Amino acid sequence: MTDTGPRLPDPRMIPHWAPAPPPSEPAVGQRPPEAVELPEDHVVVRPFLLTGGRTRPVQDGLRVETILSARPAALSAPLRFEARRIVELCQRPTSVADVAVALRVPLGVTRVLVADLLADGYLRREEQGELSVAMIERIRDRVRAL
Amino acid sequence: MYAPSSPPTVPTAVKIVISGGFGVGKTTFVGAISEIEPLVTEADLTEVSVGVDDTTGVAAKTTTTVALDFGRISLDETLLMYLFGTPGQDRFAFLWDDLVDGALGAVVLVDTRRIEDCFPAIDYFEDHRIPFLLAVNNFAAARRFDLTEVREALGVDDGVIVVDCDARSRESVKQVLLALTEVVLIQRLARTGHAR
Repeated sequence: MTDTGPRLPDPRMIPHWAPAPPPSEPAVGQRPPEAVELPEDHVVVRPFLLTGGRTRPVQDGLRVETILSARPAALSAPLRFEARRIVELCQRPTSVADVAVALRVPLGVTRVLVADLLADGYLRREEQGELSVAMIERIRDRVRAL
Repeated sequence: MYAPSSPPTVPTAVKIVISGGFGVGKTTFVGAISEIEPLVTEADLTEVSVGVDDTTGVAAKTTTTVALDFGRISLDETLLMYLFGTPGQDRFAFLWDDLVDGALGAVVLVDTRRIEDCFPAIDYFEDHRIPFLLAVNNFAAARRFDLTEVREALGVDDGVIVVDCDARSRESVKQVLLALTEVVLIQRLARTGHAR
């Protein structure tokens, strides 16, 4: 889905958002070419610093697989850093989990950030009702074809 | 700029939970089939942690999954499957509710050397009515057991599916997921009265 990596609007923006392996990743040799040459321990940000120390999202029921969308208009909103990045990513419907991967922040932090954006109307969640039998059959057939 | 000309199709996302005792191979299982690197924080087991985390039978294990590990499989253009490993240690059990909520189904991995480790997971999924199956992860060092023996040792209902698996093998992991989707389908059909 976001296999080509995040699209940074400005090359000067926040290099540590580039899809570099996490510091604990042993496979250093597989570093993607666009990864920047920051020392591995350069960016040490306590994860919940990004949320002002908050650990509980302002909205409940955000699942890891919840799909999020942002309207194009949200791109011109006065959002910064991670919030801006999330709104960019969600121009294509993207799951909470994939947002966490793209931002390289823990799921708990991602949920707090996402919940803020939902509350402010910059994001909306795509509700997914109970799966139909036909959909479960489709999942089974697709798994078989893997 | 970034705005596509028409609204993009919203994909359907489903979640499978991979569970089981500490050191049973959940991270390996997810990694065998995921199209993305599992998002894992394996911290070294410290001496302090060794006292807390019971490594009996898995003494060679020197790391453990601290963060959640998860993987993604794009089944097709608009259908995504996420695999989430539950944290291996009991002290992270409080994370389960958030994680399991809304799951399509669950795989409970079983290590025959420490068969009792999977009981909490079985109880959890039974209580929460999440469709699940048991997958016996065949470790090279462990004695092979007949699946009937495993079933007896676990004391699970005849209705619970028990399969063999090799968590390192993509094909094996795929077969486990396929079997799980069958379990999900059968339970759904039974529940909605469309038994066939």
